[in-house]
Amino acid sequence: MDRVRAGFIPLTDAAILIAAHEKGFAEEAGITLELAREISWANIRDRMAVGHFEIAHMLAPMPVAAAIGLSPVPVEILAPMALGLGGNAVTASTKLYELLCENGYDDSLNPETAGKALAVLIEKRRARNLPDLVFGVVHPYSSHNYDLRYWLAACGIDPEKDLQIVVLPPSFMSDALVQGNIDGYCVGEPWNTASVAAGTGVILTTKSRLWQSSPEKVLGVSKRFAITNPELLDRIICSLVSAAIWCADPENHAELASILAGPQYLDQPVEVILPALSGNIAVTNRQLIKDPDFFTTFARAANFPWRSHALWYYSQMVRWGQASFSKENVGRAAASFAPDIFRRAAARMEIPVPAANSKVEGALTIASAVGAGKNTLYLGPDGFFDGALFDPDKVEDYIRSQSGIE
Amino acid sequence: MTISNLSVLVVDENKIRAAIIEAGLREAGYEQVHVIGETLGLARHIEQVSPDVIVIDLENPNRDLLESMFQLSRTVKRPIAMFVDQSDQSSIEAAVGAGVSAYIVDGLTKERVKPILDMAISRFNAFARMSRELQEARDELAGRRVIDKAKAILMKAKNINEDEAYRLLRKTAMNQNRKIADIAQSLVTAENLMNEK
Repeated sequence: MDRVRAGFIPLTDAAILIAAHEKGFAEEAGITLELAREISWANIRDRMAVGHFEIAHMLAPMPVAAAIGLSPVPVEILAPMALGLGGNAVTASTKLYELLCENGYDDSLNPETAGKALAVLIEKRRARNLPDLVFGVVHPYSSHNYDLRYWLAACGIDPEKDLQIVVLPPSFMSDALVQGNIDGYCVGEPWNTASVAAGTGVILTTKSRLWQSSPEKVLGVSKRFAITNPELLDRIICSLVSAAIWCADPENHAELASILAGPQYLDQPVEVILPALSGNIAVTNRQLIKDPDFFTTFARAANFPWRSHALWYYSQMVRWGQASFSKENVGRAAASFAPDIFRRAAARMEIPVPAANSKVEGALTIASAVGAGKNTLYLGPDGFFDGALFDPDKVEDYIRSQSGIE
Repeated sequence: MTISNLSVLVVDENKIRAAIIEAGLREAGYEQVHVIGETLGLARHIEQVSPDVIVIDLENPNRDLLESMFQLSRTVKRPIAMFVDQSDQSSIEAAVGAGVSAYIVDGLTKERVKPILDMAISRFNAFARMSRELQEARDELAGRRVIDKAKAILMKAKNINEDEAYRLLRKTAMNQNRKIADIAQSLVTAENLMNEK
């Protein structure tokens, strides 16, 4: 048995790693998977840097940030696998929700409608000299931060000037909402459902509506480990793909929710964990939606680390002033996602894998069959809600096209 | 700026450990030391104190917030902070191993900050050792209590004296390759079960 140590943050989207351990997929692959719950993404990064973790549950932009030198601790991380698509949402305090309803929001969860109402409200508040609204995210290099900013900017709201975005630990979000320190947040599950269940928040829109089939967490692997242990890494990836398939089966959702609820994992009630897995999500205490795309663990190549995803994150780092643009950085960002390693590992399994490393994000408006070896693979739809396309071969043009809002 | 007017902020929910770090800093000549225990409102505290160096424990959920403050400040042209010294891998390992992290405001040389981190690392390690020893002492005390109970049970049941009861426990422990306290605990548990109505 090979010992592999993995760090994770207690979130629903750590499901694949946790299931690989709890349901014996790691063991079947000859791996003793030791899971360590961490309290901050900074800890995950630092403990990988000093060799405490070989692999970890990571925010998808973290390997990109490390690759272009944004990490305060030097560490080389590869993302050879994604831990699913989607999984987060934007939640508003009940007070903000009521104000949005007065300004045209219609409970549709449509990002455009919600965003327009927010823009109107911000304009009115400014006219009355009221303080800026405050939204929380969990990390500067997170999908939450970029998804939230993308949504706001596409609705004509400047996230730098028209409101304030602050960083808070995920488990603090609900309390901060109650205390009025923040008016809303973008965070992973179970922290949206938790506020709805407590009657303190309302889900305004979901990541699956902002950008369908979009990345969220990845398997971060120490590059040193990946280079020196390719065979073991392949087994790790295969065991996680097996776990992802298990997690995707609706028959297993109740069991998965009860595993995740355990005190050593999320330590939260089953009722707030199950909705993200089943796609039956209470968005207010009286409205239930069916969103099978809310969080995808396996279908539509959900485990494939698209280089176009890495490059989109890089484009947003430049857009929001976190990084400067250079051709070298484009190369480094793209190389931090390793589809070649995923393909090598997946060759051991009977699963369809995309033949390309990148795709034009937003090009698939309906689920489309693509060739993937001898199998057929369905991808998409993968569109942004505003209809914009991201061509990974034209990162610089894309950044320029977005700079108008700043 | 001399050592004494370098402002150091210690962020630690563990009050005892924070006090130990604070004492260490004061002994080393740092006069401006602030300690924050609570995890809420960290950003506001940092703005008020405006520290040159921040020492934070790794169990603190606010590390991502802390790093974001520096990261966001890049756009407003405030000094950048960073982990003690990127090139010093052994310092990073020692810090993570001890469970502490430190950030400095840009412009300070590593020579000036390293003593602070080294002190924090050694005090964090000392604190962990102390906690472990305290736990061991508690376990030992609990073990002694349970052995006394087990002895009393044996003395009464077998009509033997205290020394004989202890020897019997010790012999059984040796034969079964277990600790005396474990054997005593089994006996006490069994006795409790027997007496349950």
